[in-house]
Amino acid sequence: MTELTASADRRRLFALLSPAYLWLTLAVFLPLSAMLFFSFLTDLPQDNPDWSATFDNYARFLTNPTYAILMWKSVKLGLMVTLGCVLIGYPCALVLARTIKGRARETLFLLVILPFWSNSLVRIFSWAIVLRGNGMLEHALNWLLPFELRLELMFTTHAVVIGLIHSYLPYVILTSYLALQAIDDDLVDAARSMGASKLTILRRILLPLSLPGLLAGAVLVFVPVVGSFMEPRILGGRMGTYYGTLIEDQFVSVYNWPLGAALSFTLLAVVLLILACASPILGKART
Amino acid sequence: MSAVDVQNVTKRFGQTVALDDVSISFEDGGFFALLGPSGSGKTTLLRTIAGFHFAETGAIRIGDRNVENVPVEKRDIGMMFQNYALFPNMSVADNVGFGLRVRKVAAAEERRRIAEALELVQLGAMAERRPSQLSGGQRQRVALARAIVTNPKVLLLDEPLSALDKTLRVDMQIELKRIQREIGITTIFVTHDQEEALTLSDRIGILKDGRIVQVGPPREVYDKPVDAFTAGFLGDANWVPESWLSALRLPQPANGHSFAVRPEALSMAQARLDGMNAVAGRLTQRVFAGAMATCLIEVEGQKWKLIARDRDIPEITGDGAVWLNWRPEDTMAVRA
Repeated sequence: MTELTASADRRRLFALLSPAYLWLTLAVFLPLSAMLFFSFLTDLPQDNPDWSATFDNYARFLTNPTYAILMWKSVKLGLMVTLGCVLIGYPCALVLARTIKGRARETLFLLVILPFWSNSLVRIFSWAIVLRGNGMLEHALNWLLPFELRLELMFTTHAVVIGLIHSYLPYVILTSYLALQAIDDDLVDAARSMGASKLTILRRILLPLSLPGLLAGAVLVFVPVVGSFMEPRILGGRMGTYYGTLIEDQFVSVYNWPLGAALSFTLLAVVLLILACASPILGKART
Repeated sequence: MSAVDVQNVTKRFGQTVALDDVSISFEDGGFFALLGPSGSGKTTLLRTIAGFHFAETGAIRIGDRNVENVPVEKRDIGMMFQNYALFPNMSVADNVGFGLRVRKVAAAEERRRIAEALELVQLGAMAERRPSQLSGGQRQRVALARAIVTNPKVLLLDEPLSALDKTLRVDMQIELKRIQREIGITTIFVTHDQEEALTLSDRIGILKDGRIVQVGPPREVYDKPVDAFTAGFLGDANWVPESWLSALRLPQPANGHSFAVRPEALSMAQARLDGMNAVAGRLTQRVFAGAMATCLIEVEGQKWKLIARDRDIPEITGDGAVWLNWRPEDTMAVRA
């Protein structure tokens, strides 16, 4: 009897979940497996009838050091941007969640998520206008300062980092904010009643309890930044060649899809490897 | 351990006056309950003594130190919260040791005092557990150990027992009283539970609308309430209708006073008894509750309540006409 209901339950569960699985199959699994398939080909079947299977595309990553160098450059960029987002975003979330109350909090929250509402291209070009030589930033600084100042920010790594931090900062603020906001006010009051200073409370209570949120935000920033190509290309100029732009070139300019796909999957593997290596640390921080 | 003195303290939140010129003294080593309905300002008074917010006017002394401008971190208090507020990311021992570590107590001394405090609340074996692995009563004890381990000048309790179920609450009341006696710490306890206030404290302060209504030992506050609010808030009160006043022996002249009788002071009979005050009424309901029973009697359109041992209440037959008798000295006179 129980077995019967169990199997009936299972069937109903399957029926209820099938739309979600169907959607995942169509939207994620099929395109991804097509790409995986392409990455093992010499040519796209629709372009060249003489296509054959090969490991060459992956071998090129190992034989040509340029790819590994660019990968390392992208990982470094990811770490830098993530660090920047954490250093700016966590204090913002802290102030937003623990000190500001009522209407002001809603308004500030809106300002935080505003970057999400604007087109990313518009956002990047706005930064270009601000950062470029003789641009808005230099004008403003020279108007304020008594001496002439040349920042030369445009087409540097700094410009790329600034643009990326601006784009991905909301993730860290949002996840940290949610974690911080869930902390019971009484915990802070209890710590204060025992004589703890603000810094002690941050270090021993707020930070440990909100760390899962902060780490989730950091991962959400790190993964897409390693593969980013738009910000490096527009704000980095000559300096803006990264692993992400390399992949984009394979798809858009060189039209070598198999190599682009192979490079993408290599990136995916490297990112997963990094997260897997970091997970013991992340897990430890959680307890 | 020290006496706490609150003088002419006023506290506003925007337009609402939370504390209105409150003056109250808590003597050294006493167990004091602040009692009042919700919104009466009792928690505000406690948090003002703790230093979570500052009063607009007035003075607060803890021991021989004026603290009205001292923030909570520097007041040297111990506090227990309604939901325990244990740090979920720390073990029981680390929770208890938090205040010691903040005070930079040496490691060996810290371990000794943590063990001592946990022993006092009978949780010595639980030191390495997490708060999430403890039952409600155990968390309560950890919170208490954490509040007293630093030897604060005063222990402040904000409805600490209200989250426990009834049997556990009674156990904890006894435990709390024992520990308070053992270490002799001045304790101020906020509650809305009248029975808890009467059981635990040496003195009770009753608050209403941000003012202190009455202060005194539990028995005095219960037996001689100053006004109708206190009489009705601390237990039930049966109000004597004016038409009966001339027929009763009253503790004082009737002008400007109302008179009431506690339900347990009444006895029910089919006749008026000699030397007793009495009113006539009609028994409408008798509620059996094991050892005790409650009777509802209608007196001149008012509902009177009688509480007595079930076996002491006579069976009433017929239409339920009864006399309610009580000793003249049990009549309570309160400001009208």
